This record gives sequence, structure tokens and C-alpha cells, in this order.
Amino acid sequence: MTDVCIVGSDMTRFGRYPEQNVPGIGAQGALLALKDAGLSIKDIQALYCGNQLEAKAMSGQRILHLIGQTGIPVVNCANACATGATALREGWIAIKAGLYDLVLCVGVEQMGRGLLGGTAAPNGIPVEGLLGSGTMPAVFAKVGMEHARKYGTTFEQFAKVSVKNHFHSQFNPKAMYQKPAALEEVMGAEMISYPNTKLMCSVNVDGAAAVVLASAKKARELGLRSRAITIRASTLTSDPYSERDLVMHDFNACTRLAARHAYEEAALGPEDIDMVELHDCFATAEIVHYENLGLAKEGEGATLIETKATYNGGRIPVNVSGGLLSKGHPLGATGIANICEVVSHLRGEAGSRQVQGARIGLTHVVGIGSAASVHILERAYP
Amino acid sequence: MLKTPAPPDATKQTKPIVPYLKLGETDAPYLEGLRCSSCNAVFIGARDRCSQCFCDDLTPFQLSDTGRLYNWTIVYRNFPGIRVPFISAVVDLDGGGTVKGNLVDIEPDPGMIKFDMPVKLVYRPVDATDAEGNLYVSYFFVPAQSTGS
Repeated sequence: MTDVCIVGSDMTRFGRYPEQNVPGIGAQGALLALKDAGLSIKDIQALYCGNQLEAKAMSGQRILHLIGQTGIPVVNCANACATGATALREGWIAIKAGLYDLVLCVGVEQMGRGLLGGTAAPNGIPVEGLLGSGTMPAVFAKVGMEHARKYGTTFEQFAKVSVKNHFHSQFNPKAMYQKPAALEEVMGAEMISYPNTKLMCSVNVDGAAAVVLASAKKARELGLRSRAITIRASTLTSDPYSERDLVMHDFNACTRLAARHAYEEAALGPEDIDMVELHDCFATAEIVHYENLGLAKEGEGATLIETKATYNGGRIPVNVSGGLLSKGHPLGATGIANICEVVSHLRGEAGSRQVQGARIGLTHVVGIGSAASVHILERAYP
Repeated sequence: MLKTPAPPDATKQTKPIVPYLKLGETDAPYLEGLRCSSCNAVFIGARDRCSQCFCDDLTPFQLSDTGRLYNWTIVYRNFPGIRVPFISAVVDLDGGGTVKGNLVDIEPDPGMIKFDMPVKLVYRPVDATDAEGNLYVSYFFVPAQSTGS
């Protein structure tokens, strides 16, 4: 099967754009990626569009209504917070299958403010607040508390993740927030769901991210190999059975499975990875995923943040974009935005936040319900 | 804590908050689970096959009303109208099954809540009614030392 390359990659600045709409924001992302590749919508053979909150609204077609109606097939995907990664993977599969050699993948979201989640009531009365909580901060607080239960991880250690990611975001002009937050500020912020304070929760923002994928042959024909990034692995999993998953979503098992498949597919190991963009939807999640992705040994996730190993310049930089905690988390865009971030580093085009010498990068997202996706990217030419 | 609702009128029913809470006419309320006869996995709520071994022989059984606190968080921010703070708890029941609910009759203070602390299930009316005015009973966890109600 052919190698699949990313030949165009870009994203809108993440922020709040209440005067715009999903197709409009998505169109901006799509045009940015096409421009990055030096291509036009006329060149594209299929569009894969990821959007979660308006999943029934034919967002992909409405993007084409704004940038060019060429009659190409459009697939609209929703897969919770793994939506963007899922859309990208569908495009990757189509090229792998030999069906197309040039496709566009767009992730886009427009979010309201405030809490997501909660426990639905099929009949009767709402159970949120009576049978525990199903809000996202509570769900991911428990992810961290389970780690605390096993390894004694502390509130302060989780808070340090947020300090790191806010620090990183200063250097990312596409991030929603671009200012540091001191440990006291993070720990002293409003407690949302123990141990996650407000600054340890991802930011609800609007935005789009897009990539143009090409077969290796097509990338060469188009003269786009010099900036091309090869997708060494693209994996997607659902939640395998685990004992408590009916009441506590298990993001560990699906992430571990996706990571294992990705390392096998790429014939690489965690030690080969130069940078990671992982799903820090809450500060508690990041430490857990250090272990799930094999960046730290079991129980040693907190050591990575304590020793600053995951800062830019450290042993394995994680979320140098500022992560979901500071760059922002437009659900459907997130799984492509993290790809765009890694692409810019592998090309050596990340400016003041460039991870020096980055050649191989890994991206990860999880969607509640559950889905996990891992991609491994490598610079096509040294 | 929770107020007891006004006495029901004859046309209103008292219902369980979730289908797996069983309110017998004479028996005490209890939670019902399903046990897989092949691999012994325990599930809460209806399903067609065992998620672990895919077998179709699932037998309803009465879950224990005692267990241990596996995991928790204190929820300080929630949707309008929901009283905070409260403790969202995950409890491993003695004899199998894991359920989520509110841990009550204890300070919502991280220093007070201990992993693996023994808890007991209690069944209490909730002060909320549905659109038809029906009343609801829910289950709660209380520290096992407490007598509950």
C-alpha cells in the first residue's frame, strides 16, 4: 500500500467567533490548508469533515458551498473528541485503498461556553447531582483520582501540567490564551471538580484545522515532497471491556490499545518519538496518558512533570502548542489541530516554539463514549 | 440533606430513579445486576450479550448494599439548580458490581474521604418530581459507620 503524506496543513486561530458559523469557520480552515499546499479545491477528490455538535447538519457540504461545489464525495464524521482524528483517518484509509490520491480533511467546531456533559434522563427526572456527576470535569477528575489512588499523585502535580501548557501557549500565535499561569494561580483558581480547578479544564473555543493528504506518488508529481510529512501510523479504537466502564469511562484501555497498534504499525517505540500532542482535556488526563502512551513507566507519570521532562527542551516535549488547556479545545477540530502542530515542528516551521531536531511526532485524542486515536508522523525527507 | 417530599396524593406514584433500582411492595429496595454465567462479569442495566465473553446467559441478581469506595470527586460547579458541592462516588459492591452515586452524610472535604472506605447503600426519596408529579426514590452511599436512614 502507498505511503500517505500530509502536503498541506493549517488551522485558524482558536478563539470565540459568535458572529460566524460552522461552515464559515470550516471554510477558513480548508482554504488555509489548500493554500499551504499550493492547491485549489478543484484538485481535491474527496472531503472528510469532522464536526461533533452539528453532526446532522451536513457541515462538509456547506463548507464546499462556500469554497467550491465540485461534486466530490463528502463524508461527515462525529466521534466525540476523536472526531477530527477520525475524519483524517477516513481520508488516510481512502488513499491507502488506492481510491483517491488527493483528499482534504477538515475538523471544525463552534462551542458555547460552560459545562459539557451531565447525565441524561431517558424517563423520569434528571439524575445529574443525584447519582453522582456525568459532567466532563467530574469524569476526568475521576481519571486523575484513580491515578492518585494507585500512585499517590497529588493535586499539585496535576496542577503543574496546567502550568506547563499555559507556559507553552505563550509561543503559539494560534492559541486562544497566550499567557503563563503560575502554580499558585492554577491551584487557587475556582475548584470545578476536585482536583481540577478552572485553569485545569480545557477552554471551549471555536476553530478549524485542516490537512491535505496525498499518496506519496502524487506528492512527488506535484513537487510537494520537500515539505511533506509521512503518516507512519493511523489508529482508532473503541473502548474494550473493562470492569468499571459502565460507571467510569475507561480512557486508559482504548488509548493503550491505539498506542500499541500505532507503534506496531510504524515499527517504532515511545523512545523514537521526539514530541507529543496528547489529549489534555483536563490536567488530570495528561499524567495518565504519559503512561498510556509509553512515555513514562507505570506509576511514573507524575515524575515526568516534576522533572520538567515534558517541557519544550525536555526529554519528551508534550503539548508545546499549549494543549487543550490553553490553546483551546474545539471538539471536532482538536484531532486535526494536534496534527497541524506536529507537522509545523517536523517541517522546522514552528518559529519560537520549535522543538529542536524534531523528526518524528505523535498525536493522541480520546472521545468520551469512547474512542481513541493515535497518529505517528515523520518528516518525509531528512 | 434531602427533604422528604410532601405526602403523595393517590394519583401519584413513587418510582425508582433508575430501572435497576427495585422498589418492592413489601421488601426493602435493592439494586439489581446481571451476572454472566460463563465469565462471572457483573453488569448494571439491560444488555443482549456479555461485554467480556459475548455469551448470552445473563442472570438477574440482587446486588449487595455494602461496598467500598473505589473512586470519587467533589463536584463544586454544576448546571443551574443542582446543589453543590456534592461527592460523586464510584463504589465496588461486595460480591460484584460497580455503581456510581452520591456519597452523603460526610463532609465534602478531600481530607475526609478515603479510598476503600466501607460504605452502605441507603434509599431515600428525592425532592424532585417529574412533569406528572410522580415522586422518586434514589440510592445514596453513606459511610458504613453511619447508621444512615
